[in-house]
Amino acid sequence: MTPLSVPSAAVPRPVRPPGPLVIEIEGVSKLYKMGAETIHALRGVNLQIRRNEYLAIMGPSGSGKSTLMNMLGCLDTPTAGRYEFAGKNVAKMNDDELADIRNREIGFVFQSFNLLPRSDALHNVELPLIYGGIPSGERHARAQTALENVGLGDRVHHRPNELSGGQRQRVAIARALVNRPSIILADEPTGALDSKTGIEIMALFEQLYGQGNTIIVVTHEEDVARHARRIVRLRDGLIESDGPAD
Amino acid sequence: MRRVIYEFNESVRIAVSQIRANKMRSALTALGVVIGIVAVTLMGTAIKGIDVGVDRSLAGFGDDVLYVTKWPWRDVEDWWNYRNRRPIQTTYANQINRWIADHPDGALKLAVPTANRGSNIIRGEYRVNNIWTLGTSADFPRMSKSEMKEGRFFSDFEAQAGRNVLVIGFDVADALFRNESPLGKQVRVGGQTFEVIGVAAKQGSFLGLFSWDSMVAMPLGTYRRYFSARNDGEVRVQYDGTRLAAAKDELSGLMRRIRQLGPEQRNDFEINEQGTIREQLDPIKNGIALAGLFITGLALFVGAIGIMNITYVSVKERTKEIGTRKALGARRRTILLQFLIEAVAICVIGGLAGLALAGGLSAIVGAVAPAFPLVFSGALVVTGLVISVFTGIFSGFAPAWQASKLDPVEALRYE
Repeated sequence: MTPLSVPSAAVPRPVRPPGPLVIEIEGVSKLYKMGAETIHALRGVNLQIRRNEYLAIMGPSGSGKSTLMNMLGCLDTPTAGRYEFAGKNVAKMNDDELADIRNREIGFVFQSFNLLPRSDALHNVELPLIYGGIPSGERHARAQTALENVGLGDRVHHRPNELSGGQRQRVAIARALVNRPSIILADEPTGALDSKTGIEIMALFEQLYGQGNTIIVVTHEEDVARHARRIVRLRDGLIESDGPAD
Repeated sequence: MRRVIYEFNESVRIAVSQIRANKMRSALTALGVVIGIVAVTLMGTAIKGIDVGVDRSLAGFGDDVLYVTKWPWRDVEDWWNYRNRRPIQTTYANQINRWIADHPDGALKLAVPTANRGSNIIRGEYRVNNIWTLGTSADFPRMSKSEMKEGRFFSDFEAQAGRNVLVIGFDVADALFRNESPLGKQVRVGGQTFEVIGVAAKQGSFLGLFSWDSMVAMPLGTYRRYFSARNDGEVRVQYDGTRLAAAKDELSGLMRRIRQLGPEQRNDFEINEQGTIREQLDPIKNGIALAGLFITGLALFVGAIGIMNITYVSVKERTKEIGTRKALGARRRTILLQFLIEAVAICVIGGLAGLALAGGLSAIVGAVAPAFPLVFSGALVVTGLVISVFTGIFSGFAPAWQASKLDPVEALRYE
């Protein structure tokens, strides 16, 4: 596989001024019980993420990267420590409150797209709006716009199996954007794509960042991480380094 | 609230697309419910049919009639208290009719004496045994709801004269006169020769209840001349059907006067109504209903287990989809609703198919054997659908609950 080229490396990349604090994590740890063994996936992590940031979270497998991502995505709650999302204490929330936070504040992009196979692109993108209680007229309009924004305005009634991998990931990104979330959380977004398509997807993230979205990419690929403006490296459940990319 | 409606619509949409994507599997699963619903609804029609059959049988003799008898119709433990009662005289009918004539506004309308026994009826080489033989007055057909198929009932004149004339039931006519009209023919009853002057229309019988079909009637005077010198029998009194309580009071008072009972003496006669027969049949009917519904309910239960199983499979297969939906903001109740509706949808489809099948079957049974009482009603359709929905909820709940409780992290990782 040819390494991902960085098209913007030659030209100076714009860095948007960071906005208010979105995520504030302080002393967060997470324990898993695997049989008799207790695994310390996170051992006291501190992290602050502001609006308009483009952040990459890196680390080898077993570093706690996935656990941190699940935490950031409000799919999981910490065993100890403080996690505030837009000023709200997530650590104390129940399942349904977490679901509402995910629905309104977080746009997920998965490695394997996770589209509903039997629904067309439009309905896939509408899904977060359905769970958000948006009336159907507005739903269609917003889903249509979101698909147009990712360059799929002419593919709205195609099902996932009628789309290429890159197009599927675009549908997934449109779905992540449609509810105007505070952050977009992408887990290995190019992991299932060939390198050329991967570059296109990273260019799309660049464009979304330019439009004022907050993007967090979780990856183990340096080439992908290099697109971000800030890189957080994890090792053994602790933050090893946190600083601007290059 | 709006959100719940959208989630509901989304769930219906998912259910439809799932069922279409797994046609064979859904059809086989629904088959269990189809069989269950067919069994339950056919049982329902049969139970309803018993009611209708009883009504039909009782109505044949008039359902607005009180029966004055020595013995009560209900079961009695203290039979010795009844044995020594004086017989009910058939002549009471005349006294009651006189009272009725004097009281046109009373609740009582008409009294008819009856006496009965079983007799063998012979015509040449044909004979029918132990036929309910009724001696009564010419007023009897005014009380009974049955029509004459051919001929006529005996007249008042024939009754007064004690002529040897006989009105026979449909089945009796059928047995003795296979391919000819019985009218004007002679038959022998208890060694005496009678002329058949009328045949009652077919009434149909149910559960061995009395039916005109296997009865014969003759004038009371004739009956007493040949079969019973004693004057005992019973009196049937027709009343204004809307005034049962008043009719019973009037008749009771009248009977006490006729029997010359003092104020301190208890009634030594019994006033029965058809409701008593119904009450006696009710425990039998309820027993049949309970046993029948239990057994057919088992069939439905097996169907429900099939639904439960397939819903568990569906939850397992779509674990990753559940994770995705949860990540996108589906609450627990959203996932619960989704799988519940899927289970209910399969059940309702099975229920509709089952109802259609049961409706068809009871129509066929109705056409082939009209006497067999199957009554397929709109209420049954509604009941069937309600049962289907509840079966779906019952069988879908456990797997749907499990799905709703899935940890999104685990579910997303599931391959």
